[in-house]
Amino acid sequence: MELIFGLDVLNSTIRLSTPLLLAALAGLYSERAGIVDIGLEGKMLGAAFAAGAAAFTFNSAWAGLFAGVAVSIMLSMLHGFASITARGNQIVSGVAINFVVAGVAILLGQKWFGLGGRTPQLHGVERFREITMPGSEALRDVPVIGWLYSGILSGHAVLVYMAFLAVPVTWWILYRTRFGLRLRALGENPAAVDTAGISVTWGRYRALVVCGLLCGMAGAYLALGLSAGFVKDMTAGKGFIALAALIFAKWKPVNVMFAALLFGYLEALGIRMQGKVLPLIGEVPVTMIQALPYVLTVVLLAGFIGKAIPPKASGIPYVKER
Amino acid sequence: MKNELPKWADYILLPVINLTVAFIVAGMVVLMVGENPLEAAYILVRGAFGYGGGIAYTMYYATNFIFTGLSVAVAFHCGLFNIGSEGQAIIGALGVALAALTLDHLMPWWVIFPLAIVGSALFGAAWALIPAWLQAKRGSHIVITTIMFNFIASSVMVYALVEVLKPAGSMAPQTRTFEQAGQIPKLDWLFEVFGSGLQGAPLNLSFFLALIMAFLVWVLIWRTRFGYELRTTGTNPTAAVYAGIPPVRTIVITMLISGGLAGMMALNPVMGDQARIELDFTAGAGFVGIAVALMGRSHPLGIIFAAILFGMLYQGGAELSFDMPNISRDMIIAIQGLVILFAGALEHMFRPSLIRLFSRFGRSSDASLAEAA
Repeated sequence: MELIFGLDVLNSTIRLSTPLLLAALAGLYSERAGIVDIGLEGKMLGAAFAAGAAAFTFNSAWAGLFAGVAVSIMLSMLHGFASITARGNQIVSGVAINFVVAGVAILLGQKWFGLGGRTPQLHGVERFREITMPGSEALRDVPVIGWLYSGILSGHAVLVYMAFLAVPVTWWILYRTRFGLRLRALGENPAAVDTAGISVTWGRYRALVVCGLLCGMAGAYLALGLSAGFVKDMTAGKGFIALAALIFAKWKPVNVMFAALLFGYLEALGIRMQGKVLPLIGEVPVTMIQALPYVLTVVLLAGFIGKAIPPKASGIPYVKER
Repeated sequence: MKNELPKWADYILLPVINLTVAFIVAGMVVLMVGENPLEAAYILVRGAFGYGGGIAYTMYYATNFIFTGLSVAVAFHCGLFNIGSEGQAIIGALGVALAALTLDHLMPWWVIFPLAIVGSALFGAAWALIPAWLQAKRGSHIVITTIMFNFIASSVMVYALVEVLKPAGSMAPQTRTFEQAGQIPKLDWLFEVFGSGLQGAPLNLSFFLALIMAFLVWVLIWRTRFGYELRTTGTNPTAAVYAGIPPVRTIVITMLISGGLAGMMALNPVMGDQARIELDFTAGAGFVGIAVALMGRSHPLGIIFAAILFGMLYQGGAELSFDMPNISRDMIIAIQGLVILFAGALEHMFRPSLIRLFSRFGRSSDASLAEAA
């Protein structure tokens, strides 16, 4: 029990869920506006590299975050240019971005720092440090509340709280603002948006800026929060797990949070279970736990646990009628 | 104003322009890391084609990419985007290992090789079956399911190597080395003819298998009834249903063929080179297949040329990283991405301006253009 629901497993669940949550929310803005985004992985990786490099160079985590977000938004705009303006295949464009970033980040890293593609180890203010929430020391011994507040919720980097705050904000934007209404309409029926005299192109570009922003935060958290610097293949498929979480959540913001928490928990559990022997099961097949998010997503896509229906117009370039 | 390009411009000029732009951008990346792009290109081409062993290595890599390129292309023709070639190739290796590990003490290579071909194709196809069936029956997007299946495949492979196939007492996650009979003969004799040995390059018989498969794919797509149904479903699914073409069957069979071709890629590195399954033996060949198929415009002949080009990048890139320490093999991944970007996602970027150019200057020479087409 301690092994499966222990404090440190739940604590690292929060940490490991954060990049997934940010990236999945990024994908949500993009896909809800009708642009399929396979390139979350690449954008995250690019942001992680830029964040690591800038944080080291300017000696500040915030400079790192800014650089990461800037790079991610630039990549997002490239994706936008390919899929909105040039009306290219959105999936192909996403795949291309993943490869370009994976290659160029290492080349530049090697050129700038000469560490085989890594960025130098970050210390002190170059990272986002843990924030101890007010009163968490005093509450530590209170049963249940202390466990939850001091043990699990307190003591994370600022980006973690921003990520979880982004959930209600996204919900509010999506369902309570004009921008959100138009965003959803862009994904379901862009022709209707066009008929109402609102630019489909401009709307989709704006959605992609938000997508780049959140994805950049996800990457920056990887390099400046979870670890202390950028390393090769740092995202290790997290962009695709985020995509899976997005689908698993049926493109809904609150569900996205629970899906990210679930997949983050599985990852934390996988790390914790390494080499452990359990009664009845024997040695835990960790590779199987790691594959579980993907299996769950396929099962969901198959329609066995509710049906995942993507926004109707996603993936289709919009061509104005003449 | 004509809104179409002459055929030769569509099939040759436009791809060449796209590719040139991709390489110019790649050259700019080389400049950014502080090396001379022209010199880099020279070292790359010399490394890939300058000596017998280099050529053999180029062809060895090209073999992988022909298989995966064909795999992606077959699915493309049916309007399906199979990103799962990587995973299908990984699982295909299990089929190869099944044949080689059980029979290499008992049979000669020419019995095991055909069995391994069948095994790899069957395993690869089986791995494509579930995404195919889900796409056809339940409408689950095949891009997403095949991505998920790639990750599941690598987990399966880790599990299989660590828990099942690893010989007792060994630490490395790999199978035992196949006996001589479990290996595909190298093509030394071919290179002896030109007075140069293979010089250690693992080029083997599966290169010819790849060429045969390219021919068979051409026959399948443009010369058979099923190929017609496949292309119709790809071009206009609604019309295909009206024409009485069963969509579920077409999608599933297409994906089985696509998966089978990807699975056969495993023959080359597993049975032709390392003589065992190692982790990450695919080295991303499944993804290169996407670039190759896009660049080759999903035509087997184009795919062979594109595969050789990427073989050149892989082999020459390895030599380049010796001579220019700032350029690691990651350059190849970047180039691959740029090719996918410009030949794939941005393939229509230059079309409007090219059409304008042709309609302005082409009117007087329309007749000669028609002849050229």
